[in-house]
Amino acid sequence: MKKMIAVLLLMPLLSFAVDDSEPMEDPEFQARYETLVRELRCLVCQNQPIADSNAPLAKDLRRQVREMLLSGSSDSEIYSFMTDRYGDFVLYRPPFVQRTWLLWLAPGIFLLLGGTILARTLRQRAAMPIDDDDEDEGVIE
Amino acid sequence: MTRFIAPIITLAILVGFFFVGLHKDPSIVPSPLIGKPAPVYELPLLLKPDETLGTEKLLGQVYLLNIWGTWCPGCRVEHGALLEIERQNIVPIYGLNLKDDPRLARQWLAELGDPYVATMVDTEGRVSIDWGVYGAPETFLVDHKGMVVHKLIAPINMQIWHEDFLPLIQQLKAAQP
Repeated sequence: MKKMIAVLLLMPLLSFAVDDSEPMEDPEFQARYETLVRELRCLVCQNQPIADSNAPLAKDLRRQVREMLLSGSSDSEIYSFMTDRYGDFVLYRPPFVQRTWLLWLAPGIFLLLGGTILARTLRQRAAMPIDDDDEDEGVIE
Repeated sequence: MTRFIAPIITLAILVGFFFVGLHKDPSIVPSPLIGKPAPVYELPLLLKPDETLGTEKLLGQVYLLNIWGTWCPGCRVEHGALLEIERQNIVPIYGLNLKDDPRLARQWLAELGDPYVATMVDTEGRVSIDWGVYGAPETFLVDHKGMVVHKLIAPINMQIWHEDFLPLIQQLKAAQP
């Protein structure tokens, strides 16, 4: 059992980088490259960025990013190259547009809603006579 | 009794969301190319490597562009349907052979039959990136002006052909005799 746990704990060490391409010469390019390939979704295996995917398409798109960087494209030019072809879904951070405003604002809306309900409940509780709350406890004693 | 109203409404909304979500296939991503001009490219042909074909040369006709490869199991599944669509002689089908061994591709067509007017060879997959291809087989419908009208990301079959493609093709042909 202990051995098995040890093996399981060591498993993550077996994982290695999927992207086997040479790092780019210019460290600034390399940094931009690493950010870009983490922000772009692999459409074949949708829960992975193209940085982590073994799919041939991810490999081709990494090559595409690299080539565009070398030819002087800006990050936003590379993102729009991808969205022109694959749609906004290729971005891990969807843009704030008409179709996505609810998605972006939902956390705020829910926080506000929850906060309001919480505040109201707390205020109601505070206004309650204390005896009522202790009724059940009295029975247990 | 009134205290149950809010939870019940919340539950109903959630069930509604989940029900709609259940019937959506997240692996199908709508193409931003629909309604836009087909990407411009020119590629050599599989069976006549010294000839090329591409968007500009295909202008003036309504056609299907089918992306396939011998490595793609779904392509084998749809091959019979493509042959049948070709026999109906309604629109020409052009093939785009994606990241394949041309020898295997030629053998595939010789063995299974060739539904394509011509097959273009995209060895490096660059033209396919321009088409936003992410899961072969994919089939595009392009109109006579070179606009992308429809995209299918799945093996085509006769039901999809009749329900999704034919009505669009008939519309296109009615608009431009």
